[in-house]
Amino acid sequence: MAEREQKKKPAPQRQDDEAVEDAPATSEKGEKIKAELDDLLDEIDSVLEESAEEFVRSYVQKGGE
Amino acid sequence: MAIRKVCGVETEYGIVLRGGGESNPIAASSMLINAYVSSLRQKVGWDFEDESPGNDARGFSVDGAMPPEVETHLVNAVLTNGARYYVDHAHPEISTPECSDAREVVVWDKAAEQILIASMAAASTLLPEGQEILVHKNNSDGKGNSYGCHENYLMDRSVPFGRIVHGIMPFFVTRQLFAGAGKVGCEAPGVSSTDVPFQMSQRADFFEEEVGLETTLKRPIVNTRDEPHCDAQKYRRLHVILGDANLSEISTFLKVGTTALVLAMIEDDELPRDLSLVAPVQTLRRVSWDIGLSELLELTDGSRMTALDVQWQYFDYAKKYAEARGLEAVGESVGREVLSRWEAVLTGLETDVMSLATQLDWVAKYRMFTGYRERHGLSWDDTRMRALDLQFHDLRPDKSLYERLGVERLVSPAEVEAAMTEPPTTTRAYFRGKCLQRWASAIVAANWDSLVFDVGGDPLRRVPMMEPLRGTAAHVDALLEQCTSPAELLERLGA
Repeated sequence: MAEREQKKKPAPQRQDDEAVEDAPATSEKGEKIKAELDDLLDEIDSVLEESAEEFVRSYVQKGGE
Repeated sequence: MAIRKVCGVETEYGIVLRGGGESNPIAASSMLINAYVSSLRQKVGWDFEDESPGNDARGFSVDGAMPPEVETHLVNAVLTNGARYYVDHAHPEISTPECSDAREVVVWDKAAEQILIASMAAASTLLPEGQEILVHKNNSDGKGNSYGCHENYLMDRSVPFGRIVHGIMPFFVTRQLFAGAGKVGCEAPGVSSTDVPFQMSQRADFFEEEVGLETTLKRPIVNTRDEPHCDAQKYRRLHVILGDANLSEISTFLKVGTTALVLAMIEDDELPRDLSLVAPVQTLRRVSWDIGLSELLELTDGSRMTALDVQWQYFDYAKKYAEARGLEAVGESVGREVLSRWEAVLTGLETDVMSLATQLDWVAKYRMFTGYRERHGLSWDDTRMRALDLQFHDLRPDKSLYERLGVERLVSPAEVEAAMTEPPTTTRAYFRGKCLQRWASAIVAANWDSLVFDVGGDPLRRVPMMEPLRGTAAHVDALLEQCTSPAELLERLGA
């Protein structure tokens, strides 16, 4: 394990109960990523199925392997 | 010396018939497959004798309900790329042909997606107005039901099964770090979606045992099914039911490539340290729920380490193994690419998880869903988040959320398109696929380990295919070129 210890950097700061909230993009690429993400989210809104409630409610599968 | 890890993936797809009244997924799956097979007949113009008797795709009644006379005999087709396309437990399922390395698996797995897409298109020309078949490449309906994406790996029979279990278990529990497809919410008993709003794996909640034969309930992390479909004295086929269905090519590549490599190391007994976990089933779930990658896992030797540490340990052993033994068992150049990408991904997980949003399914999904949540001010348990979690996996190209993410590709669309009809050149799938291309009307049955010919007048003739690495292009191309009829082929083979 010695080799691995040398290369290891500290993991990003995350608290257990906030794990889902605290997941930052890197600061360097932050702006670019945000802009790309905004475009992506625009696109998603335009292709999303109309009635989320109904689709989710009606989506049921048989158990498989 | 480890034997070549011939491998493949079999995926059960989610299916919905919209506008069709009461749900009958077996009939919908049958219709879907028959529509595709029929469309091939029209394209190629051959007299393809249906592998799937009974179900005429055109037999729809006007009111939209599935005609009651649709047979429940389960459809089963073998395609000219060597794949099997069939109905399994009320899902359409494609099993890729046998591949000789992880990259080939990516090609034929993506080809399987294209086959499902073409099937939807073929079905839509036959369905009444207002009806539509939707197919999803996922593993969970959010209502307690799960269906699988299984992998298969060829192994040397002489390796004791206990050694396989021992060596692969900690690896299986932790490989979801790069192989997980991501999931909104949680379905483990006693755990609510408030506790776990988002997790790494679609399948983790459904696994209850460490080792076992079951596949549909009490699912085990290591499955003991023993049906080699080849020479059972020499080989074992390890049947893996744990994995998520992946859309990201890098996730699929690493899932299969690293597993093949670890199995080769197990065959060669090159895993020096016992990394056994105290509670593998519970740990499998905890790793999935811990998207912060910080939780320490308990090993039976008393030590504790993160899931990432466990993967680094396997990686380190794999690097040493490659230097000592070479990577022929997994393909030299593919094996080197597996190592290189494995290292890059583990480094990314260690330093900046979100940097992997263009490579790994669960990270891509997490980034998209978090962005959507923040834009619309939604909580994770909002129905719209679950709708996103379904539409992410929708295979319709105009609807798929995954397709909009610009996730990095490994293989070209041209390769994938060719693989819809062409088999790998490197395994027995080649012989199967080429015979089906040329002489489908003379083949009455095609299985993994044999082809059965009817050349008229004689009794049926069975050509055994018990060696997965025989029947390759190198072995049979010249022979197939020279034979002008299946009868001549059989004579030349001495069958």
